[in-house]
Amino acid sequence: MIFADLTRDEISPQEALARVGAPGHGAVVLFLGVVRDHNEGRGVQGLEYEAYEEMAERVLEEIAREAARRVGSDRVAVIHRVGDLAVGDVSVAVAVSTPHRGEAYEASRYVIEEIKKRLPVWKRERYADGEEGWVPGHPPGEAGAGEGGDTP
Amino acid sequence: MRIRTLFFASFKDLVGTGRIDLDVPDGTTVAGLVSALRKRGGTWEKLPAEPAVAVNLEYSELSRALHHGDEVAVIPPVAGG
Repeated sequence: MIFADLTRDEISPQEALARVGAPGHGAVVLFLGVVRDHNEGRGVQGLEYEAYEEMAERVLEEIAREAARRVGSDRVAVIHRVGDLAVGDVSVAVAVSTPHRGEAYEASRYVIEEIKKRLPVWKRERYADGEEGWVPGHPPGEAGAGEGGDTP
Repeated sequence: MRIRTLFFASFKDLVGTGRIDLDVPDGTTVAGLVSALRKRGGTWEKLPAEPAVAVNLEYSELSRALHHGDEVAVIPPVAGG
């Protein structure tokens, strides 16, 4: 099954894993995005994720379905957190299972990259010096929301 | 016709509200709505002229014609993950 969820509760990687797997699946990939203690050279104490929740739930499920279709698996789970998070908290979990490892890595990567490009979620960082600010982010749909910058 | 317009994150901070309901003429496009918002003056003028938008929960072109009761979200650059 395809599973997609936006939650205010702490993310359990085990729950994501429990949503995937099948007798014919020899590969399971789990990706976790975790809140880092620095960004762009500034110390970060924590952050707040705001979402356009109704739309984000739909986009998250769309992305999971696209990933599943790309690799011909029906076992993709993605959970994204909203609300206040501390350093070390899991902000996103992606679990995929497929018969062989190549497809599982590909689908996992697809899900996180598409989240970066188009999930309507915004991140406000609380810095060690007491300031706060919205992370600049990426115009939705634009290519280049890749590694570096604010990415986990 | 009445259009519900939503703002999030930095755009919500900019205009000072998360939602306004606007009456616009029939046939108004998303671009026309954005233009009407920017004409409210003050910090509203700082909204981008061509922002990303969603209509009824889906990303949309600015040229899309709106209908009574549509919900339009003006979407700042996204930063999930």
